[in-house]
Amino acid sequence: MNMTADDDEVWLDEQAGRLIRPYTVSSGRTRPSVDLDLLSLVMTTGRSPKTSDPEHAQALGLCRRPTSVAEVAAHLRLPVVVTKVILADLLDCDAMTTKTPRRASDPKDRVLLEKLLDGLQRL
Amino acid sequence: MAYNDSEEFPTQVKILIAGGFGVGKTTFVGAASEIEPLNTEELITTASVGVDHLGGIEQKSTTTVALDFGRITIEQHGIVLYLFGTPGQERFWFMWDELCAGALGAVVLADTRRLEDCFEAVDFFENRGIPFLVAVNEFEDAFRYDEEEIRAALGLGPGAPIVLCDARERGSAVSALRSLIHHLLAAVPTPSA
Repeated sequence: MNMTADDDEVWLDEQAGRLIRPYTVSSGRTRPSVDLDLLSLVMTTGRSPKTSDPEHAQALGLCRRPTSVAEVAAHLRLPVVVTKVILADLLDCDAMTTKTPRRASDPKDRVLLEKLLDGLQRL
Repeated sequence: MAYNDSEEFPTQVKILIAGGFGVGKTTFVGAASEIEPLNTEELITTASVGVDHLGGIEQKSTTTVALDFGRITIEQHGIVLYLFGTPGQERFWFMWDELCAGALGAVVLADTRRLEDCFEAVDFFENRGIPFLVAVNEFEDAFRYDEEEIRAALGLGPGAPIVLCDARERGSAVSALRSLIHHLLAAVPTPSA
């Protein structure tokens, strides 16, 4: 983090911010046509998308395995909302598939907790 | 759609990493995660309250909030554990509800040099009944207190464990997560069989 107020300061990469306003890539849309949340998993189907924008192509490349929306957003370096719009485009043309994953959210699920513990012990 | 077998899509679980601003949440998430700690921005739209409405135009304000998250895949059991660092600044607290939805529990990171910074997180999880533990991030120049002193200072009931950790070390961060799972398991009634 560069906190100095040096006149010669050069901003590079992340410090310089984005070159393109994020909503340009979503054509100004802020509402995805498919309901996705941060942890929704998406995966490419292998079918070609209708659009060939770099962001769409990049998103496809990121999702050869089931990948969370949050992760795609971070890799694309776009806000989650914009990412959702892009992913929804790809879902609409069947270039991607999504599934509401099995969410384990019961903190009293003993079997799950034991599996988690076992997994964390092997790390 | 072709991909509907459960093998393709693992079970997801979510654990929150909370605590005051600058306490080491990003470091913790990064240390525990198998992937580079990812940082994304969630764009929030909040309907403003108590302002004039201009003929049917919704008054909304938007803001972006940085979110840290990491992932631990537990391949052999088909589980993916997501770690979400919660936004530390108070003004983003309204976001916590969404983050908390479906979370198994939380690790509240504390810095003994400014314990008060984690009070709000502790209150939040206590009020919501979300299981949590307090992990004291041992900063090198911080005075070492014992567990009872910290518990008293936080006004923490006996229910929530306190562990020590070094958020920079993967083993230490993972150990704090294991402690949280132990804590959750302790609250599950033992099967009678």
